[in-house]
Amino acid sequence: MANISAIKTTNDRGKGFKTFLRAINPYFYLLPAFIVMTIITFYPMGFEVWMSFTNYGLKNLRFDAPLPDFVGLNNYVSILTDQLGLSNFSFWSVLVFNLWWTFSNVIIHVSLGVLIAVALNAKGVWFKGLYRAIYILPIVIPQVIIANVFRNMYDPDYGAINQGLAIFGGWFGISSELFHIRWIDQVNYPITWLPLTLSYFALLITNVWLGWPFMTIVASGALQSIPQDLYEAATIDGASGWQQFWRITVPLLRPAMVPATVYGTIATFNLFGLIYFLSGGGPLRRTEILLTAAYRLITEQRLYGVAAAFCVYIFFILLALTLILNRFTRATESYDA
Amino acid sequence: MLKTVSPSLSTRVKWVFSGKTWDGVRGISLGRQLLIQVFLLLVAASVIYPLLWVFSISLDPRDISRPATLTLLPTNGTSFKAYADVMKQPTPNPVSLPQLMFNSLMLSSGTAIASVLVGVFAAYAFSRLRFMGRGNLMLVVLTVLMLPSIATLPALFVLLNKINIDFTGLSFNLRNSLWGVGLAVLSGLLPFAIWNMKGYLDTIPKELEEAAWIDGCSPNQAFFRVTLPLSTPVLAVTFFLGFMSTWTEFAISWLFLTNPKDFTLMMALYNMVGQYSDNTPWSHFAAMAILIALPVTIIYLFVQRYFVGGLAIGGVKG
Repeated sequence: MANISAIKTTNDRGKGFKTFLRAINPYFYLLPAFIVMTIITFYPMGFEVWMSFTNYGLKNLRFDAPLPDFVGLNNYVSILTDQLGLSNFSFWSVLVFNLWWTFSNVIIHVSLGVLIAVALNAKGVWFKGLYRAIYILPIVIPQVIIANVFRNMYDPDYGAINQGLAIFGGWFGISSELFHIRWIDQVNYPITWLPLTLSYFALLITNVWLGWPFMTIVASGALQSIPQDLYEAATIDGASGWQQFWRITVPLLRPAMVPATVYGTIATFNLFGLIYFLSGGGPLRRTEILLTAAYRLITEQRLYGVAAAFCVYIFFILLALTLILNRFTRATESYDA
Repeated sequence: MLKTVSPSLSTRVKWVFSGKTWDGVRGISLGRQLLIQVFLLLVAASVIYPLLWVFSISLDPRDISRPATLTLLPTNGTSFKAYADVMKQPTPNPVSLPQLMFNSLMLSSGTAIASVLVGVFAAYAFSRLRFMGRGNLMLVVLTVLMLPSIATLPALFVLLNKINIDFTGLSFNLRNSLWGVGLAVLSGLLPFAIWNMKGYLDTIPKELEEAAWIDGCSPNQAFFRVTLPLSTPVLAVTFFLGFMSTWTEFAISWLFLTNPKDFTLMMALYNMVGQYSDNTPWSHFAAMAILIALPVTIIYLFVQRYFVGGLAIGGVKG
């Protein structure tokens, strides 16, 4: 007995160092990523916060340039009160448009995606495999390439949208002269009481083209896992197809659709590429979202301090959006059918 | 033993008209079938429309500058002249397509490899190891992940602009180089890579590692010899997703790079579209768009089931 405990104590001395090594071992695994992230992410983030309180501009950019002046909360205030001296720029209208843009897109993506998934998964539909192969295309082709292609398709004179509409209209005897719609740069609102430009609708059409297949795939996966007996039982109980859709399909789709919707909301909110390539935020900044506005503050106006403050706002807006969406997910999480 | 006889055409037609499917399975009624077919066909047409358009323009032998009529099928024959022209010099900038492709390829594979190599250790630590501050550090990574890369661009631009590299006769400004672009891209890619790989490592059973410990592996050996080889698929997928997003990256490279020799494919494409591209024939633009999209699209077609399916399953599990 004594022997064993003696051995134990001697071992413990060596073990102390070993336990220490074991305890700090995880940090060795973290080290590479955190060294890299400190240099290229955390430090720039801190620097950006400092920048946002200065008038950092083009003149401070050179290697030996003087430090910019400290201007306090000036940048933050002038962004909110639209005193940046930029024409047609208003932070609040950009924010409202960004939220509406996200909301309108996601609603259409989800409902269209579910509708197509239900049609595609109906029992005995012909050519299922062929449709699936076609419907996957908008997911696998890079988004920005599609944005570029649509940019030319919306051309008033040579674009495939107007030319296609002209042919379609021709069947109903409508003159093709009418179809020189200026999708991208018409300033007037097509619906006079609705403050949304034609370029918004062009963007919406393009993004619906891009967005619904993802929702269809997610919904298809969930649809296939709904047991058929539920529908048979409902039919015996006399439920109509409509009732079956709302009482069986929709509730059982919800656990799959909620995370997909959250992902889609964040992705659409930050959809820089499509908007920058298709409308460039125009006309008159009326389709600008926060990210395109921030990008243009850097590339065009070269107001780095203001851009930094703008990005700090973006950070907090996204944080709020994420937290709200998280609550929303949690609220629906406990749902179990 | 049952003999399977392929039913005659008339039987099949009878089935179809009596509300069964082609294989005789009870399904939807014929009227509903036709309704669904029309709907699905319209949807398919809307998906194919822009793709047909861009393909037929790129292949049109008339080398279209601006198509006066709608062309959806290459009815006038095909020619690869537009592709050949683009190969030589896609934009007025003095840079050839191979050079652009080389730049994009180096940038994309470099950042993607770096994000996997640097990220996999952190992913493993978050997935398996228990240590002080784990929850908080994961929250930090998630917060950075939430932030789009444009949001840190003002600081990255200013900071990288102050660094001039002078290395064995090679001197350049870090901001105005593909190295600088790579660093800025990596800043956005790394948190995603960590999170993506952590998710997969969580699904590898811990028991495998414990078995390795019993067989005499140290915890580190268990990682390198058991878990790491098992996670090859997610390393490949993370690499590909990083590659794909950098391949079509635009915002950072457009802001940083001024020397045409460093330009990427997306920058060249942007120069060929829109208001500043009056001289670019659309056949060239179409060929360029296809040349950029085709390689990643083909790979994506083969690997998409891994992540899209994974998301759907995760969703069902709720």
